[in-house]
Amino acid sequence: MPNKSTYKLAFTVLIALLLFCFFANISLGSVSIPNSELLKIFMGTSQNNSFYQIVFDYRLPKAFTAAIVGSGLGVSGLMMQTLFRNPLAGPFVLGITSGASLGVALIIMGSAIFGGVLAGSLVSKWSIVIAASLGSFLVLLSVLVVSSRVRDTMAILIIGLMFGSITTAIVSVLSYFSSAEELQQYIFWGFGSLGNLSWEEVFILFIIYFLGILLSLTSIKALNTLLLGENYARSLGLHIKRSRLTIIIATSLLAGTITAFTGPIAFIGLAIPHMTRQIFNTSNHKLLLPAVFIFGAIVMLICDSVAQLPTSDYTLPINVITSLIGAPVVIWLLVRKRKMVF
Amino acid sequence: MTSKPEHIILSTNNLDIGYTTRKSKNMVASNINIELHRGELVGLVGANGIGKSTLLRTLTTLQNPLGGTILLNNKKLANYTSLELAKSMSLVLTEQIISKNLSVFELIALGRQPYTNWIGNMENEDVSMVNQALKLTNIYDIKHKRCFELSDGQLQKVMIARALAQDTDLIILDEPTTHLDMYHKAYILKLLQKLAKETNKTILFSSHEIDLAIQLCDKMIVMVKDRVEADEPCNLITKGVFQSLFPKDLIDFDANTGSFRVKK
Repeated sequence: MPNKSTYKLAFTVLIALLLFCFFANISLGSVSIPNSELLKIFMGTSQNNSFYQIVFDYRLPKAFTAAIVGSGLGVSGLMMQTLFRNPLAGPFVLGITSGASLGVALIIMGSAIFGGVLAGSLVSKWSIVIAASLGSFLVLLSVLVVSSRVRDTMAILIIGLMFGSITTAIVSVLSYFSSAEELQQYIFWGFGSLGNLSWEEVFILFIIYFLGILLSLTSIKALNTLLLGENYARSLGLHIKRSRLTIIIATSLLAGTITAFTGPIAFIGLAIPHMTRQIFNTSNHKLLLPAVFIFGAIVMLICDSVAQLPTSDYTLPINVITSLIGAPVVIWLLVRKRKMVF
Repeated sequence: MTSKPEHIILSTNNLDIGYTTRKSKNMVASNINIELHRGELVGLVGANGIGKSTLLRTLTTLQNPLGGTILLNNKKLANYTSLELAKSMSLVLTEQIISKNLSVFELIALGRQPYTNWIGNMENEDVSMVNQALKLTNIYDIKHKRCFELSDGQLQKVMIARALAQDTDLIILDEPTTHLDMYHKAYILKLLQKLAKETNKTILFSSHEIDLAIQLCDKMIVMVKDRVEADEPCNLITKGVFQSLFPKDLIDFDANTGSFRVKK
């Protein structure tokens, strides 16, 4: 049984690793910037203007986005897994990701169906963000309305998956009628990308993400109680419906906004909580939630650094990397542990 | 048995239990009047499908009564907030806990949730309550084990310890002896008897171990067709209640030994 001091040590190591990955992420890229120059840039004594621009306008916002995406999706995945008592739950189960996809598909490809209203108008970054947020929010709202009538959380899980199927079907119909150009734009959004955010967008993302994290912190006690099952949780004085609502809202804030800004990022929400449980062998959310938070940020920063293919001119879609890392991890866990305890 | 009203922990008055559907009321049992006193071990027995679970679900507010009132510590059960109720009544259910990765200590510590702050920090008092529960149930030596490592009997003791840590006047257990072998059935019920005596808590459990319950309980609630009898076991035997518990074609109650025999 690990005691408090080993946990303290683990957290110190994790935070140090996070800082290291953050700086490694900034220092790596298609243009190689020497570490000494990086230091100068942060001290404000750098003479090289183009290096300064690369770091401040491109690499720093991207690193922040990666940290936000990793920690946000990881935490929302953890909450979903506990709430739905299902180790395979992740942000996608409530249809949040598919809702966002539907919103984006409607904006990009809807012009073919809705005719002149949207046709010809520039599909700006902001309209995509707003559409994705609206899409995930509307799907969440529908799931919430249904879930208030259903007492069983497993039913909500299935309802979320069904909403996902419906949105996928609608997106297929849309793509059938849309032009190659529109289809390509949608597919690019679907690849996911961390690097397209301006400082202003990172700031907006951060504010909503911060709210989601705050809500998840207030849910820690409820999440621990839910480990016993809903009937025991009720007998311990927990307001099941209220806690469930808080957890779902926190998840949709985190996953919905992140998906809106970066596109759907695969496997992070599912794999991060399981990987963290390997390090911290505990089910206590007081430890697990902050650990998932830091570890998610670390993994995402590493994935992004790899996706950059340092010193080359190519950048891989971030989803390729997260799937290549995430899927084998989940398989390995299933084979090795046979059962995902949580 | 003479007792003052303040010693009554739980009482029902003309309680009717059952299910309501949109169209009709489905009455399972009616006119139930029971009184549970402080420090009593009470066994609830009856044939399958007679309404034991419905009664327990009603007493634990999982479903509403069709009629009559339930008083817990002289206050109507319906008027309790969920947090107040959590400090007055704790449960041991038949359902499995979700996370078997919890350690025994962590699991029992969750019993302190109604008393801890917003993030669930354990004060010294909470820790000592958990330790006391560990000692009372004789599981102090396995407190660092994880729940998936435990046998069914050990897990049942842990769940009882969790209910103890919740520090309530009333503990309700739903069939605590299922899945256990004969020795552990007796062990668990004997443990409940000891706990009721030592902690002065009222413990109500449902069970199919009628002969064990007759030997150990201070009081028994027997649900038979059309009526519910609550009294001391010896009085119930004298009244001949146990004879009407089951259909008479297969087994028979022997009043001398207080046990059932298969008819030859």
